[in-house]
Amino acid sequence: MTQMTFARAINSGLRRSLDNDPKVLLMGEDIGTLGGVFRVTDGLQKDFGKHRVVDTPLAESGIVGTAVGLAYRGYRPVVEIQFDGFVYPAFDQIVSQVAKMHYRSRGAVKMPITIRIPFGGGIGSPEHHSESPEAYFAHTAGLRVVTPASPQDAHTMIQQAISCDDPVVFFEPKRRYHDKGEVDESLDPNSATPMGQARVVTDGSDVTLVAYGPLVKTARDAATAAADEGVSVEVIDLRSLAPVDFATVEASVRKTGRLVITHEAGQSGGLGAEVAASITERCFYHLEAAPVRITGFDVPYPYSKVEMHHLPNLDRILDGVDRALGRPNSLSGLEG
Amino acid sequence: MVTDDAGQGGTAAGQDNNAGHQGGAGHNMVQLITPAGERVSHPEYDPWVRDVSDEQLCSLYEDLVVIRRIDKEATALQRQGELGLWPPLLGQEASQVGSVRSLRDDDFIFPSYRENGVAYCRGVDLADILRVWRGAASGGWDPYAVNMAIPQIVIGAQTLHATGYAMGIQNDGADSAAIVYFGDGATSEGDVNEAMVFAASFQVPLVFFCQNNHWAISEPVRLQSHTQLVDRGAGFGIPSMRVDGNDVLAVMAATRVALDRARRGGGPTFIEAVTYRMGPHTTADDPTRYRDPNELEDWAAKDPIGRVHALLDRKGLFTAEFEAGVRTKADAVARELRAGCVGMPDPEPLDVFKHVYSTPNSWLDRQQDHYSRYLASFGDPAGATQEKGAR
Ligand SMILES: Cc1ncc(C[n+]2csc(CCOP(=O)(O)OP(=O)(O)O)c2C)c(N)n1
Repeated sequence: MTQMTFARAINSGLRRSLDNDPKVLLMGEDIGTLGGVFRVTDGLQKDFGKHRVVDTPLAESGIVGTAVGLAYRGYRPVVEIQFDGFVYPAFDQIVSQVAKMHYRSRGAVKMPITIRIPFGGGIGSPEHHSESPEAYFAHTAGLRVVTPASPQDAHTMIQQAISCDDPVVFFEPKRRYHDKGEVDESLDPNSATPMGQARVVTDGSDVTLVAYGPLVKTARDAATAAADEGVSVEVIDLRSLAPVDFATVEASVRKTGRLVITHEAGQSGGLGAEVAASITERCFYHLEAAPVRITGFDVPYPYSKVEMHHLPNLDRILDGVDRALGRPNSLSGLEG
Repeated sequence: MVTDDAGQGGTAAGQDNNAGHQGGAGHNMVQLITPAGERVSHPEYDPWVRDVSDEQLCSLYEDLVVIRRIDKEATALQRQGELGLWPPLLGQEASQVGSVRSLRDDDFIFPSYRENGVAYCRGVDLADILRVWRGAASGGWDPYAVNMAIPQIVIGAQTLHATGYAMGIQNDGADSAAIVYFGDGATSEGDVNEAMVFAASFQVPLVFFCQNNHWAISEPVRLQSHTQLVDRGAGFGIPSMRVDGNDVLAVMAATRVALDRARRGGGPTFIEAVTYRMGPHTTADDPTRYRDPNELEDWAAKDPIGRVHALLDRKGLFTAEFEAGVRTKADAVARELRAGCVGMPDPEPLDVFKHVYSTPNSWLDRQQDHYSRYLASFGDPAGATQEKGAR
């Protein structure tokens, strides 16, 4: 076990994948000499060379489109999109090409492409640097969409993503890049929790609180605060956003009877809507209250002076927990 | 005088020569003022700046100095925590001044994020220039008040907007033009290439103004292009010029040529202004990780301000009185900039919901209503205590 930051844990996972499989290669803007703007690829070009860790021209459609060709040729490209807001020039290649190639070729062409995207807010960046576009990708059949919430998960999940034969959109919660945690670098990714499986991170009995990526830490903090108020919150880290591991969420909700879902992305058409609807279908007779969503608002990601109002925080989540429990909350007395 | 690549090469020990790696037709680079401050003649471009009087030359010098001062002050404000981020334009002053000072008020500008010198010359309010970088707005000014679009962060996207705007000018039968600023890295983006296709197809009145500052964050220009950037225009059928971007007069001449062509229905022009980003990419960047310090030294010798200074000196115009006047102006602008920044009121919490749609939207109104009730539950409607764990 080693203490390391989230960013370092991904770096170490990338290194292991590069070491283990000569077909793995990294591509992206500034990932070589600079080591990426977040230093996630720091030192990798030096050790693996310019053909395995490739600084690309500034062209996101180019980066992903050429990865498709490399995959055709048997490579396993890992591409970095520098920031969430810059993935859209590549959106066409991802949803029209990467996602559909296996289906269209009747399984003949594999697309083992990993698309790394630092995502989410809370770091005071200018516009286009703090978005949560996960729902666009989760909505696209053929893509797997995952996001780790701890350094250990970051380390194993990046390796699992790279060895997965399907394309994986790998969202990295950028405001957690500097968070530290214990990482067992020798852990075999094959024996670790599978990439597609949700995890109960805090046991509880009164309310199920579902989070992923950057908000898992906030959700845990909320659970600790709720415990002080006598409420037992079970926190689930979704880990995989497509497909969602509903079985784990369902088992929890059958136990607690109440569901709160939180994410930074806007509410409408977000992952929260999917989880609420699916769990309602599966657990209707076990639910004591309507599922509650605590999310960002349906606004473009706001400028940094007000972003803290947009982002769900501990208090907003606790308010949502109160709502699910029918305790006094900010919306008490309101209907609908 | 025409300088070849070797004369401008920016080569440094241990560093590949960017120009050398960019083969291609080898466009000559237009230069009217040498780094030593000598005014050299160029038969083709001289006529375009013949009217620039001594007084105007002095005024251009003042622009360069004031803009450098703005940049320095903003960088300091960022270091002091007053700005979240700042993209310095240190070294690119002449490219910006020479081009923007060639425009008419009814010409429309589409900038990237680094054209703060352009914004200053265009008359954008100083506080408005900083608004975005302070994190207090998404766009700092009213584009129609100054005929300049708000800053663009998504690389290259504005080139298409400029092309569309120019199509509009053409449809309207107006004789104004549009100009779009972008970097060397941006030329790799699909949008920029599509913009050139559209602009050429419809022969729109547009100036593509590429500031080749040699770096796209850590990536040298040779990674973006195997030819000189100026050669890109030819492939699209767009007439192109390569100018010394640190020479304010040369930039002015080239921009005037392009604008004249645009106004006369001659279609788009591509200008590659060869300059250098002397500072970091942004205040969050550390160029020592990827850049040879000798390269910076080479370019410092070609400084855009130094050479106008030397030229004015040769002409006997750089008097103590003139120098003091410029310094007073720069000081005043810096003071105003700082005051505008520090005195900028913070936005209100519910501003988050403003301007998403042009008319009320019941969907969002509900979210806003719920959030105001939430804020009110703290007994503080302004939400001032809205801190983690405040309840
Ligand atoms: C579509 C897109 N991809 C990536 C980025 C991140 N990014 C911001 S500036 C930059 C480099 C731009 O270089 P260049 O076009 O040469 O302009 P310069 O910053 O040097 O003025 C990059 C990669 C972005 N803003 N937009």
